[in-house]
Order: sequence, then structure tokens, then C-alpha cells
Amino acid sequence: MKLMQGAMAALLAATVMTSAAAAKVIDVAAGEGAQQRLQEALILAEPGDTVRLGEGVFVLTDGLSLDVDGVTVRGAGAERTILDFAGQQGAGEGLLVTSDDVVLRDFAVRDTRGDGIKSKAAHRIVYLNLKVEWTGEPETSNGAYGVYPVESEHVLIDGVFVRGASDAGIYVGQSRNIIVRDSVAVQNVAGIEIENSYNADVHDNVATGNTGGILVFDLPGLPQQGGHSVRLFDNIIVNNMTANFAPAGNIVATVPAGSGVIVMANRDVEIFDNVFEGNGTANIMITAYRYGEMSEGYQPLPVRIRAMGNLHGRTGFQPALPGGAEMAAAFGGNLPPVLWDGAGGPISIADQVGAISLGLPDLTQPREAARPAPVDLSAPADWPRVPAVVLPASMEAAAAAE
Amino acid sequence: MSGRLRISGKGTARARRALAALLAVPLLLGSAPLPAVSDSAIMAEAFPRTLSEFGFFAGSPDRPVAALRPYDLRTPLFTDYADKRRFIYMPAGTEARVSGDGLIEWPVGTAIIKSFGYPQADGSYRTIETRLLLRRAAGWVALPYIWRADGSDADLRIAGGRQPVSFTTPSGRAMTISYAVPNRNQCKTCHETSGEVTPIGPRLRNMDMAPQHRPAIAGADWTLAVLPRWDDRAQPVASRARAYLDVNCAHCHNPRGSASNSGLFLEYERPPSMTTGLMKRPVAAGRGSGGFDYAIDPGHPERSIMLYRLRSLDPGIAMPELGRATVHEEGAALLDQWIAGMEQR
Repeated sequence: MKLMQGAMAALLAATVMTSAAAAKVIDVAAGEGAQQRLQEALILAEPGDTVRLGEGVFVLTDGLSLDVDGVTVRGAGAERTILDFAGQQGAGEGLLVTSDDVVLRDFAVRDTRGDGIKSKAAHRIVYLNLKVEWTGEPETSNGAYGVYPVESEHVLIDGVFVRGASDAGIYVGQSRNIIVRDSVAVQNVAGIEIENSYNADVHDNVATGNTGGILVFDLPGLPQQGGHSVRLFDNIIVNNMTANFAPAGNIVATVPAGSGVIVMANRDVEIFDNVFEGNGTANIMITAYRYGEMSEGYQPLPVRIRAMGNLHGRTGFQPALPGGAEMAAAFGGNLPPVLWDGAGGPISIADQVGAISLGLPDLTQPREAARPAPVDLSAPADWPRVPAVVLPASMEAAAAAE
Repeated sequence: MSGRLRISGKGTARARRALAALLAVPLLLGSAPLPAVSDSAIMAEAFPRTLSEFGFFAGSPDRPVAALRPYDLRTPLFTDYADKRRFIYMPAGTEARVSGDGLIEWPVGTAIIKSFGYPQADGSYRTIETRLLLRRAAGWVALPYIWRADGSDADLRIAGGRQPVSFTTPSGRAMTISYAVPNRNQCKTCHETSGEVTPIGPRLRNMDMAPQHRPAIAGADWTLAVLPRWDDRAQPVASRARAYLDVNCAHCHNPRGSASNSGLFLEYERPPSMTTGLMKRPVAAGRGSGGFDYAIDPGHPERSIMLYRLRSLDPGIAMPELGRATVHEEGAALLDQWIAGMEQR
């Protein structure tokens, strides 16, 4: 480890020497007055600078914010540099980023009162090797989102660990061109959520111990709606059985425990080559938005959803839906891995597993009107594939940098 | 807040006396310069370390120089029951202009100056901080200054800070709070429109300015100052409530503001709809929902998320997010009355 640190320091020094004379490293140590010193560094940093956080616990009393383009905020590692917000007195999140081309890497954010790290209209942001955690048991009083980029073009979340969020661990909202990869979401209500967003690749992640593993949602009444073109692949989505602990009123509070993937009111979603196991309600749920009032221009149906190449382990053994136990009994003890509310389509499930439809094609039908029955969704998809997301080279370079 | 203290009038009188005293000194000494506002401090790129470098105050927050034009707002933003003393400075020979929509275009070199303070139990007055909005060639810059304990000067604190403050609310409750001075980025959170810093308060429709200062704003039709006073009981409750939301919320809750992603927009002129909160479900509220379904549940203030958040002091729940170490009981009561009177759905 020492060796690595030495190498890292040398590398950093080299970077500083070779890059433009203006770019500098601003060191901030943990300890007395951390709030003022760190916030001041984040304000005084100039484009190209690195704010380097020392090892240890930074005891913070208020939210931090960064509004300078092109700044890297870098700790000594997610286990070594910890921003602790247990005593937070103000602000809706721990760290707020509102500038472009920012890299956040190698630190942890702990016990914020609201969201962990939020970035708004922060284009080309990179979240790298971070840990965002509420350290107690999963509780309704935890903050809503762990990492929360919103209204941004080009977002990369890579190697991020999130635990305990009372809404979504990793949440990307109202954004375009997104990659979430190599990340771990544990014991959140939603592990990973892509909401009202266009073009997202979510791959090589682990979602476990959540209420729902990965959600792809679109909600009405927002400036950007009409979510589409989302690919979920090579993820491990297992044992998402934690009872829902989201505050009531939020849509996510209606997610049944035991949900693997839920797709709601999106177009062109692909679910492939994932591993599902131990999700007691269903591995894949596809639904319309069925929560009443909608805004103008909102498209509530799931359209062109396909799944293939997924491994389906044990599922459907404890459906946390109204009347779920009776439904399971009627289907011989277990529900099949795929559950559809019966609205929208087309849907193509090429996994050679069973599916049921609740038989509710009309959005005005209440859930009580459900008439669950097996449905054949195996017809091949006859619509184009969703293209892969490609991020600007500067972002991939930042993610590959030592 | 407004109505409780009319600081500006008193302040001007005091300023005049102070200025008279100051003018007498150079007469006696012969050569000392008159106190003058430094246009270069306002317009240069730098961030002056102390407030005195601007020359806005003659040695004390209670003594604004004569070049500052005091103004008030019909409906002000609530900030922990702080009293606010507001001034505008414009360089000699310049004037502001009103555009067609009632927005004021301020000349380069303008400073909008706002001091926050509290009357003290011993009858004195304590100014905590003075916030500046400076109109420089490249745009507006927001800077917070915190007054020293002896009131001699205020120091730039770009990272903000907290100060213990004691005061009594209008209803007679004694409070001691940790008063938060915002950092420079937080200034921007409220003051930004599409990423640029802009003034919020001094819009013609919400401004009160003494007649002798009005000519500084060219083309202003002061009969357009029509935003209702939130506490004027002669006005309809709905208008007062919407004015309150406009001033306290809409600087973030508008399509180009910091809360654009919420889809909840509260400008005074926006017609009532899901977008203004009616039967609007929460999106990213988290535990801010309080377990309730709608921002405004007509007829039911007790289960409207808007009121739940207005009445909370928890940083993960409270709205607005800044300047809220206390609940604005009187403002919440107004919104409560407004929502209770709406037709149930």
C-alpha cells in the first residue's frame, strides 16, 4: 500500500509539473476547521486544479459545494478519506456540484441528512471509486439518494459503492448519455435507478439486499420526460428482499420487496446477460405509470422492451404484491420470473422463462381488477437494437487515470 | 419581519447625522478626504477582504453613507426572522432602466447591499452580516461579509460560517439559533438563472423606494408595484400566498432555477396546475414527502408536502434549504389557510 501511495504521489507530482503551469494541487487535511478550509478550497480552486483530501475523517457541519469547471476532488481512497456529515445542520445534500468536467474520486461520504452527493446540470461529471453510506440499519430517516446526478449530459458512475439510501443508492435523473458500471448497491430501497433519462448503459454492477435491484422509471410532471434507450447488461441482481423503507408518498415506496428489475413507462429498454437469483417477487417487472394524474405530453406506457440471455435463478417465491400469496398459490407456489401489468408493449422476452400478465391494459383499471394469467412474450423482437453509450474521451481518460 | 421594523427610514436619518459629523471632521482637520464609495472596489476583478474597502458604511453597519439608496420589499424573503436593511448604490452619472417585463437592468458598477441583523434584548441592534451583489463587467458577483464583534468592519467569508444568535420572534418566542451565513456557492444557488448570478429581490413589482430615490430607475412605472404584501389582510389569501411562494420559493422553483429538476414551479404569474403543486406527487423528495402524496392536497394542509417541509427544521426535509434554522410560523399559517380553503378533490 505504501509503495502504491508513493507511486501515486510521484505520479501526481509529475502530472502537476507537466500540465499547464496554472493547474495546481490544493491540499486539505482533516481536523479542526475542516468545514471552512474544505469549502474555501472548493471555492478558490481554478479550472484544472485538484483539491486533494488527506486521510482521516472530515467532520462537517454543513453541505459542501463546488461550482468551478474542470476541478478534480480526490481523496486518499474510499476507506481512508471520509467526509462525515452526521452533525450536518444545513443544506439538502453533503456535496453539491454545479459545474462541468468535474471528477470526484477516492473518498467516502457518510451519514448525510439529505442526499449524499448531488450534481445538477454538471455535464461530463465522473464519479469514481467513491463510497456513499448511511452507516446504521436501513431506515426511513436516511437520505434519499446516494449519488444523484440530475439534468446533466454525459454522466459516468464507475466503481461506486452505495448503502442505505431511503430512495435510490445510485440515481440518475433527467440526464442524457449515462454509464453506470462496476458499482455496488446494497440495502437501498432502489439499488440503481435511471429516471426520465435518455441513453443509459448500466452494466457490470452488483445490486443486492435492496428492495428493488435496478429501476428504469419515467414520471410525469418533470421538465424532461419520455425516458428511452436504456440497456441493463452483465449485472448481478440477487437477493433484493429488504422490506421497503422509503418514506410513503414517493413512487419508489410502492416497489415490492423482491423486485429484480422494474421498467416503468420507458421506451426501448434492453435487459440482457444479467444474473438474477433470490428476488422473491419477480426478476423482471414491466409496467405502465398507474398513479393517477399525468402531465401534458407524458407517455405512461412501456414500449419496445426486450430481454435475452439472462440467467434466472429462484424467484417468485414471496411476491410482495397485494394478493401475492394467493397468486403464487394459483401458479403452483412460485410466480414466474417475468411480470407485466398488461399495458403497452411490444415486449419480447427471449429468456425461455414463464411470464404472467395482470391483464390491466387500461390505465384507469385499478389494481384490484387484476386477472393474472400466463402470457406468451417469446415472440422475437422486430425493432432495432439500442446503440451503446459512448462518452467523451476526456471522461474515459479520467476514469482510467491512476 | 416586514412591518415589524422599518429600518430603512431610521437608518437614513441616522446616516445623515453620521455623515454630518463626518463632514465636520475634515473641516476641522483641513485635509482628510470625504468618505466615498470605491467604484474600483466594486468593478475590479478582485474580492476585497474587508467591507470597508468599498466605503459603503462610515465605520459601523448602522451608518450607511449618503450615496446608498435604501429600499424595502413589499413581500420579503424569510431568513430566520432576521431584519434586513437593503441599499442600492450606483456610480455617479449612471441610472438603472426598467425593461418591458418590469425587470430592472442595473448599470455596471451597481452594488446591491443587504445587511442582516437582530434587535437585541438590551435595546441595541446587532448586525451579523452584509451580503453584496456587485454588477461587474462580466456579470454579477455575490460576496458575503461577516461583521466583527465590535462592529468596526466586516470580513469576507467566502466559505460562509455559523454564528450563535438570540432574538425574540414577533409572537414573543425567545429563540437561540445557529445562524448560517451562506458561502459564495450557496449565494449562487438562490441567485442563479440558467447558471448566471442575478438579483432576486429588487424587481419593480415588489419594491418600495422613497420618492426622492425613484428617479435613479429610469422608465419605472411605480404603479406596477403590484405584488401583494404577504401580511396585508386586506388582500385575498390566495394572492398573498402566491406572493409569499414567489418570493420565498420561486427563485429556485422556476424552470431556469436551482430546483428546475423538481418540476414544481411557483412564480406568482403561473396559473394553478400540477406544476404549481396541485396534486403533484413528489419526485426526489425522499423523506421530505413526510409520507404524503401531494405537494398541495387541496383542502388538506395537514397532508400537503409543501407545508410539511415548510414546518420542518431537519436539513434533509426543510424548505427553503437555506436560512431556515427557524420555522416561519406566520408564513406557514398563511399557506395553511390558503390550502385549507381550496376545494377538495
